[in-house]
Amino acid sequence: MNAPNSMNTSDFVLTPESQTLSVLVENKPGVLTRVTALFSRRGYNISSLAVGPTEHPEISRITVVVDVDQRRLEQITKQLNKLVNVLKIVQLDARSTVQRELILIKVTADNSTRTSVLEIVQMFRAKVVDAAADSVTVEATGTQDKLSALLGMLESFGVREIVKSGEVAIGRGGRAITDRSLLS
Amino acid sequence: MTGQQMTGAQALVESLKHAGAEVVFGLPGGAILPTYDPLMDAEGLRHILVRHEQGAGHAASGYAHATGKVGVCLATSGPGATNLITAIADAQMDSIPMVAITGQVGSAFIGTDAFQEADIVGMTMPVTKHNFLVSKADDIPKVIKQAFHIASTGRPGAVLVDVTKDAQQATTNFVWPESLDLPGYRPDPRPHSKQIREAASLLMEAKRPVFLLGGGVMRGRASEEVAELVDVSGAPFVTTLMARGALPDSHPSHLGMPGMHGTVAAVSALQRSDLIVNIGARFDDRVTGVLESFAPGAKIVHADIDPAEISKNREADVPIVGQAGEIARALAAELRERIAAADTRDYGTWWNTLDMLRDNYPLGWTETEDGFTAPQKVISRIGEISGPESIYVAGVGQHQMWSAQFIRYENPYTWLNSGGLGTMGYSVPAAMGAKVGQPDKVVWAIDGDGCFQMTNQELATCVINNIPIKVAIINNSSLGMVRQWQNLFYDQRYSNTDLNTGHGSRRIPDFVKLADAYGCAGLRCERDEDIDATIQQAMEINDRPVVVDFTVSADAMVWPMVPAGVSNDEIQIAQGMSPEWERDI
Repeated sequence: MNAPNSMNTSDFVLTPESQTLSVLVENKPGVLTRVTALFSRRGYNISSLAVGPTEHPEISRITVVVDVDQRRLEQITKQLNKLVNVLKIVQLDARSTVQRELILIKVTADNSTRTSVLEIVQMFRAKVVDAAADSVTVEATGTQDKLSALLGMLESFGVREIVKSGEVAIGRGGRAITDRSLLS
Repeated sequence: MTGQQMTGAQALVESLKHAGAEVVFGLPGGAILPTYDPLMDAEGLRHILVRHEQGAGHAASGYAHATGKVGVCLATSGPGATNLITAIADAQMDSIPMVAITGQVGSAFIGTDAFQEADIVGMTMPVTKHNFLVSKADDIPKVIKQAFHIASTGRPGAVLVDVTKDAQQATTNFVWPESLDLPGYRPDPRPHSKQIREAASLLMEAKRPVFLLGGGVMRGRASEEVAELVDVSGAPFVTTLMARGALPDSHPSHLGMPGMHGTVAAVSALQRSDLIVNIGARFDDRVTGVLESFAPGAKIVHADIDPAEISKNREADVPIVGQAGEIARALAAELRERIAAADTRDYGTWWNTLDMLRDNYPLGWTETEDGFTAPQKVISRIGEISGPESIYVAGVGQHQMWSAQFIRYENPYTWLNSGGLGTMGYSVPAAMGAKVGQPDKVVWAIDGDGCFQMTNQELATCVINNIPIKVAIINNSSLGMVRQWQNLFYDQRYSNTDLNTGHGSRRIPDFVKLADAYGCAGLRCERDEDIDATIQQAMEINDRPVVVDFTVSADAMVWPMVPAGVSNDEIQIAQGMSPEWERDI
């Protein structure tokens, strides 16, 4: 098995079509439905979605990755802005943003292949979080590119199950996009 | 009232009054029963009991359209709520301010598939501007205040408030809230002065400009400001289906309605223009035809209160976000200054072309081959006899298009129809709502025989509550617009469009007998020579609703027409006949 020569594990340049939006919403029942339903109703495809609370309990943050051109993205942003519970939308530029996703991979590994699997795990700075006689479960964090590369390497051993968290992203530097003033 | 102890139901009624509601159209049921009790003796809040919840929704919509106030409808949970959905979607599509209130099963029962439980908040999310589920009595006043605010500000729309039965029954301390607490809702954008200046520059440079006026001029109640802008500019204008009457049809710069059944002058003016100044229209597919070939040489100034409408369908060169009236006023002022400074505009050639198109291709119709009455004639006479102060409310289909074409609208808010959703059955209940809002005006429901059969049960509501509307059924014994398409595009195979209500049929139902059964005056007119007398007779009956069965020819078609899926350049003035562009332009 060949090791990847120059795997860049920090940042990667997104394709021009791949856009990351951070949508700050009021933390109220049904808000996620409103956001996702808007995407499906207007015919936009979501490639990745992650939701969670922010440092302000009244505000939740939805990170959406969509594959659209700039004009469609503008239309999406405008439509999202019309939702009463949406407080703020920020388009995160890949060059000035840290983007991460978490993946758990259950891969076939018995006595004959386990060492090779562990080598790959190490190479990608991933870790083993569970093991059984015929499998190991690997946890890895990184950009979508890194995770696809890892997955590609493990594929030949037999990937039994994967689960991904959806991409989360945060701007570089000291400035925050969330702010309590959003609620006034 | 501040700080008074009451039930959630009483708080709901109080809140409606505080929000300015005067009329509620509704129908009770289990989950809304608690609210109907205090409603019974609520002073200053009239409840009108409808016969079907869809009727309540359209009535609220018609009321809102005719008055500019928020329309309110009320229904119970489950089927009561789902029956409202069509009317809610209809109001939302046409940006009508409406608040729909529904009862919901008790909060402990939610999610258990309880009797008459329906997730109406989930169901109406895509067809409302916003909606709420209220399960605490304390939240009722705040939510009602928010609902009215959201429905009536910015781009107006439909808001649904679903109130659980236990919230209506619980005790609360009623306080009408001071603040709104809507941090994510910013409805009042100001037009950017730079964009106003750019729009004015384009208007100064253009040789063939057209103002495209849409429903936003109505919703923004901006007729006066827009008229001033149009007059300062001297450029022609067209009024979309939703903007008929925004400016008077008699205005010399008016070219008519654009779109699939628009006038040749209006459609051609847009196609050949080098500048379209769109105020409150949304470049709907029925106006643009095939988008790629719509007005190919035109720059676009697009003014709308909703930023999402701008560059949604047609890319705008100058986007202006704001209230129609504010934009028109600012643009008129800027334009006046520029004109005073140096005016090199010359619309002479442009107006020559347009005048020629207006003269050569006026709206009209040919006599029918079967010798029966031409429906256009009936509609045209209703408009002439009843006059421009009356309100005309159409259903959807051929009669709707003829009503838009052959009635002259001189005042805003006198033409109501279901433009966006295209809801058959809109006419009778919406006319009822309009008449409640404008009791001193003559209100005509101009309906089709198909549409009428969908919602005519509200005639009972009209009779019982003394709401004397006038219904003209343009009875061509068929689903006329569908039949027209079958005639033109499906080899005259009339699949399931014959309704058997007119000439040579069994007349099921007999509309005159139906009118009589409801306690309305029922009239029938089958011959051209009786049209005027019948309309006069209908005009004189004001103590109850009148239903006139105008039995007309089934073969009449709506012309001009831009067939679906082709460029507006392919407009036909009659079957197979297009204007001779080479000769005419």
